[in-house]
Amino acid sequence: MSWDWQVFFQDTGSGQTYFNWMMSAWGWTLLVSACALVVALAFGSLMGILRTTPVRAFVWIGNAWTELFRNIPLLVQIFLWYHVIPSLFRPLQAVPDFIAVVIALGFFTSARISEQVKAGIQALPRGQRYAGLAVGLTLPQTYRYVLLPMAFRIIVPPLTSESMNIVKNSSVAFAVSITELTFFAMQAQEETARGVEIYLAVTFLYFISAFAINRVAAVVEKRVRVPGMIGGGK
Amino acid sequence: MKFLSKTGFVLIAALFALAAHAQQLTGTLKKIKDSGTIVIGTRESSGALAFTLGDGKYVGFHVEMCERIAKDIQRDLKMAKLDIKYQPVTSQNRIPLMQNGTVDLECGSTTNNTARQKDVAFAMTTYVEEGRIVVKANSPIKGIADLNGKTVATTTGTTSVQTLRKNKRAANMDFKEVFGKDHADSFLLLESGRADAFVMDGQILAGLVSKAKNPADFKILGEILSVEPIACMVRKDDPAFQKAVDASIVAMVKSGDLAKMYDKWFMQPIPPANTKVGLPLSDATKNAWMNPNTKPMEEYALP
Amino acid sequence: MNLTFAFFDWGVVSGFILKGLVFSVQLTLVAMVGGIALGTLIALMRLSSKRWLVLPAAAYVNTLRSIPLVMVILWFFLLIPLLIGRPLGAEISAMITFTVFEAAYYSEIMRAGIQSVPKGQVSAGYAVGMNYAQCMRFIVLPQAFRNMLPVLLTQTIILFQDTSLVYAVGAYDLLKGFEVAGKNFNRPVETYLLAALVYFVICFSLSMLVRQLQRRIAIIR
Repeated sequence: MSWDWQVFFQDTGSGQTYFNWMMSAWGWTLLVSACALVVALAFGSLMGILRTTPVRAFVWIGNAWTELFRNIPLLVQIFLWYHVIPSLFRPLQAVPDFIAVVIALGFFTSARISEQVKAGIQALPRGQRYAGLAVGLTLPQTYRYVLLPMAFRIIVPPLTSESMNIVKNSSVAFAVSITELTFFAMQAQEETARGVEIYLAVTFLYFISAFAINRVAAVVEKRVRVPGMIGGGK
Repeated sequence: MKFLSKTGFVLIAALFALAAHAQQLTGTLKKIKDSGTIVIGTRESSGALAFTLGDGKYVGFHVEMCERIAKDIQRDLKMAKLDIKYQPVTSQNRIPLMQNGTVDLECGSTTNNTARQKDVAFAMTTYVEEGRIVVKANSPIKGIADLNGKTVATTTGTTSVQTLRKNKRAANMDFKEVFGKDHADSFLLLESGRADAFVMDGQILAGLVSKAKNPADFKILGEILSVEPIACMVRKDDPAFQKAVDASIVAMVKSGDLAKMYDKWFMQPIPPANTKVGLPLSDATKNAWMNPNTKPMEEYALP
Repeated sequence: MNLTFAFFDWGVVSGFILKGLVFSVQLTLVAMVGGIALGTLIALMRLSSKRWLVLPAAAYVNTLRSIPLVMVILWFFLLIPLLIGRPLGAEISAMITFTVFEAAYYSEIMRAGIQSVPKGQVSAGYAVGMNYAQCMRFIVLPQAFRNMLPVLLTQTIILFQDTSLVYAVGAYDLLKGFEVAGKNFNRPVETYLLAALVYFVICFSLSMLVRQLQRRIAIIR
C-alpha cells in the first residue's frame, strides 16, 4: 500500500482541486449542521416545554412530536421530506434540497432535545414553579423567568453532545444530494480510486469539527455553570 | 510430463514444454489449471452488463461472455472440469482484488482508462458506453446546450458526475446538479420534476426508461456526452492469459455468438422483471469488435 | 399525486420486505450481543488502574464516537478486503462494522453501570477471597448490566434504526426491501411512507416495552 497524497491537488475537471472541493464540502457539512441545530433547539425546546405544562393537550402534542420523530430512522425521515412530502403537496417541490435536509435533521434532533429539556425542567424542585405562580407570574412568565433559565443551564452538557451528534448525523444528507463531506468521500473515492487517502482526510475533518464543538461547549459550560450544584465548580 | 521425466528424457521434455506449453504454465493459466477453478469477479448491478438475480446467481452480457471465455480456456488447457466461482466486487475493491489474485477475470462494467492501466490490464474492448441525457418526452431540452439554467440529475459515485462537470466547464454553462444515491433515485428526481434532465450511461438510462410506469413519457437524447470503452479486467503482466481471453472473444465475434449475446441481453426481455433494455448495438461497440483493441478512454474522441 | 397501496400485498411483503427485515433484525442482534460483550470488555479496560489498558480503550471509544457511522461503514467496507485479501460481502462487513461501532457506545453505558455499583461491594468480594475476575463476574457485572438494561435496550433501538445506513454499501436491509419493492412497482413514494410506518411501529412498541421494564426495575430497586 503506497500513499498518494498528490490526489488532493488533482483537478476535478471543473477547474478546482479535490482539496478545494473537500473544503467546500466541509463548509456544507457545517452549514447543514448549524442550521439544523437552530431548528432542533427551537422545536426541541418548545416541545420539551409543552410536555411539562399542566395542559393535557399540550403534553399530548409534545409527546406525540417526540415519539414520532424519535422512532423513525433519520434516513427514512430525510426521504420523507425529500421524496414523499413534495409529491403529496406539489407546491413544496420548489423547496430546495438544503431546506428539506435541515428540516429532517432538525426535527429528528428536536425529539432528542425535547427529552433533554423536559428532563431539565423536571429536575428543578417543584417549589420553584409554585413560587413563580404564587408571586403572581403567569404560567408563561414562570417559564420565562424562573424555570427555563435554570433548566437550560443544567442541560448544557447533553446539548453539547447533541450538537456533536448533529454534525455526525449530517453525513446522512448525502443521500439526498447535499454535497457535504460524506458525499465528497464517496464521489472522490470513485473518481480517483484513492479511497484510503480521501477517507482519512474526511475523517480528520469530522474529528476537527467534533473537537471544535467540544471546546466551544466547554467554554459555554464554564460560563453558565450553576454555582452550588454538583459539577457547578467551586 | 510425468511419463517423460520418468523415462529420463529430461532435455526433450524441457524442449517440448518450452515449445508447446511454456506460455500456458505461468500466471493465471497455471493457477486455473492447478486449482481447477476460475474466479470471475462481477457486479451486483451494472445494468445489462452484469447483475445479480440473488442467491449467488450472476447474469448479464459480460457475465455470459466470461462464462464462454472460461469454457474456451478449459478446452485450451484440456481440463476435464473447470469450476466457475463468482466473486461480487465493487468499484472500490475490484482493482486491489485483481492485483492480489482473488479474482482472475473481472466481468463487470470497468472503464478502460490510463490510470487503471497502471495497475491492471484489460482484455479487448467489448462494449462502448456512451453517456447520454434522458428528459421528459415533452421537454424542450434537445441537447447539452439547452441545459443552461436547468437542474440536472446524476448518480453519486459514478463517473457521470465527472463527465457532467467537464461538459459544464467546456461549454461554460451554468446548471444546478442534483445527485441521486442510486440510478433509480436519480430517475425519480427526473420523474417527479425535481430535475429537468438525467445524465448517465446510455444502457442504464435505456433500462430505467424501459421499466418506467410509462416509457413513452421519457426520451433519451441523441447527443453523446462521453465515450468509455468497457472491457474485462485481467492481471497486469500476464500476456498469456490476456491472449487466451482475447482469442476467445475474437472467436465469439467471428462466429456471431457475441452479437447473439448482445441481442439476448440488450434487445430481448431479461430477468428479473422481463423488461427490454432496447438499446441496439452501437457503431462504436461494433467498431471495437471488428478492430480488437485495448485503447484507453483517453484515446476515444467524442463523435 | 394519488397514493395507491393496492400493489402492497403479501407477495410484496414475502418477496421484498421480509428478507430485509430478517437482515435488519439479524444485524441488530449480532451487533447488540457482540457490541455489549466487546463494550463491557472496553469499559473494564477503561476502569482499570493500568494506563496501558486505559489509553487504548479511551482512544477506541473517543475515535469511534467522533466519526459518523456512515463513514465507519464505508471505511470497513474499503479496508476489510484490503486487510484480509478478499471481500466479505456487504452483509458480513456490516455486521463487523456495527459490532465494532456499537461497542464504543455500549461501553460508555456499561462504564456508567459499573460505576453505579457501590465500592464497598467490591471490597466485600475481595474480603471473602474472590479475585478480580470473580468480583466482576459475580458481583459487579450482573448489577451493572441489570441497572443499565433499559439504557442498553434504548441504545439497541437506536441501533436498529441505524441499520438503515447500510444502504451506503448496498446491503439488503429493511429499508432497501421497501426501496426495491417501490422501484419494481414504480411506487417509491408509497413504499417510503410504508417504510416510515413500519419502522415507527417497531421502534415505538419497543420503546414502550423498555419504558415498562424501566418502571419494573425501578420498583425492584
